[in-house]
Amino acid sequence: MPDNAYYDPEHLDQFEDITEGSPELGEKFFDYYGEVFEDGALTAREKALIALAVSHVVQCPYCIDVYTDASLEKGADLEQMTEAVHVATAIRGGASLVHGVQMMEQVKEKMM
Amino acid sequence: MPLDDAATPDDAGFIELGTVDPGGDGAAAMTEPPEGPRATTSMSGRRAPLTAPKKQFDVLDAADLENAGSTGTGHFREDLADAGWDPFTPAELEIVQINVGKLCNMTCKHCHVDSGPDRTEENMDRQTVEQCLDAIDESGAHTVDLTGGAPELNPHFEYLVEQCAVERDLHVIDRCNLTILTTRPHEHLPEWFAERGVEVVCSLPHYRQLNTDAQRGAGTYEKSIRALEMLNDAGYGKGDPERKLTLVTNPTGAYLAGDQDSLEREWKEALARNHGVTFDALMALNNMPMSRFLEWLMEKGQVEEYLQRLVNAFNPATIAGLMCRNTLSVAWDGSLYDCDFNQQLDFDMQWDGNDAPHVSEFDLRAWQEHSIRTHRHCYGCTAGAGSGCGGAIDEE
Repeated sequence: MPDNAYYDPEHLDQFEDITEGSPELGEKFFDYYGEVFEDGALTAREKALIALAVSHVVQCPYCIDVYTDASLEKGADLEQMTEAVHVATAIRGGASLVHGVQMMEQVKEKMM
Repeated sequence: MPLDDAATPDDAGFIELGTVDPGGDGAAAMTEPPEGPRATTSMSGRRAPLTAPKKQFDVLDAADLENAGSTGTGHFREDLADAGWDPFTPAELEIVQINVGKLCNMTCKHCHVDSGPDRTEENMDRQTVEQCLDAIDESGAHTVDLTGGAPELNPHFEYLVEQCAVERDLHVIDRCNLTILTTRPHEHLPEWFAERGVEVVCSLPHYRQLNTDAQRGAGTYEKSIRALEMLNDAGYGKGDPERKLTLVTNPTGAYLAGDQDSLEREWKEALARNHGVTFDALMALNNMPMSRFLEWLMEKGQVEEYLQRLVNAFNPATIAGLMCRNTLSVAWDGSLYDCDFNQQLDFDMQWDGNDAPHVSEFDLRAWQEHSIRTHRHCYGCTAGAGSGCGGAIDEE
């Protein structure tokens, strides 16, 4: 790992150290975070798959590692996980493409 | 050690299937290997050096586990002592688990027994079966847990079940790979089990095909579903305690078993929706870093990472409920162990004055006072919610 790299895999294990600067807010965050992923109206597996999809959209390598493992542990398989990533990709791509309508309107105003 | 095949008069009706039987017809009976899916071949059949338990212990010992476990030593015994378990002794003897042989119609990638169709030598003979029954009577155990291999392939299997479930009215568990129930000589078993109240505990790593076939061989999933339908038809998996159907899932790779209750809900919902199949309970077990799973970890270069994962998840709350504390493990040749994992590692039970007791010498008092043998592989049973033949241990 070069000294000037932006991402360090060790940082994942050190995530909880973030409470150092603000224990109260840090603990609130981690309590909340833990509760979010418990079985609820959505199953733990469904939540892990959502987190996996979102991880790809926010392009967080830490999250991708964690939610790949979590999805497997909660009972998802490669086909389900790949479909989740395609959902993320479709929304991300669609979000670009739908702006094309704005482009089209402007083109139509400006062109003969 | 293997006993000579001193056949009893009752034995005449049984085909000696691969027991140590020089000059007998055992070899002839096995010219046709049992049909079944193949994910790999046995290490024993490939003459892999890792077949030797010593090699497996060497690999485990070589792993550098940093700051691991509660003592940071990576030594299971020290972590046990730190949690207040020194000496490490049994509780009440509740279960006699008999591994009737290594012969199996399948060759799953993670198998800790290194079972397969080529393992025809190691099969319990009738004399040892009788010695097991005597030990069961002395033990006071309420449950007899039959495993293998595919236990149904042992020629004395039905006799042993009959003696335990009917003659002795004990709870009998058959650890079943499911696919064996779809093979011709075994199709009657679901009904036969139902008539005797046998609990069927079956392996189904995943409720979808992909992961199931990846671990257990192509075609496993389809056959497993067919077997579950047969069991449902025989009354299994519908809440009747006399016809209990339990599924077992273990990870299809180098990660830990998830939350058992959560997975059970997922499995039940998905199997009912996709196949109309029902079952009673799901057990989620960790893969043990030994035998074929260890070989796979080595191929992937993940031995250290997986062990670290197990040790980091060391949970002292699982210790009281570990299976080695309430189970006597008997091998096909009658030798005794603290659990089926120790059995496959030739890690003999030791009690006062006897370094490798045989089932014919079973002594309840010596068992109660003996110290359970442990090594690094034991972290597999204490990780997370714990893992044993009865599923998760510490469920809050």
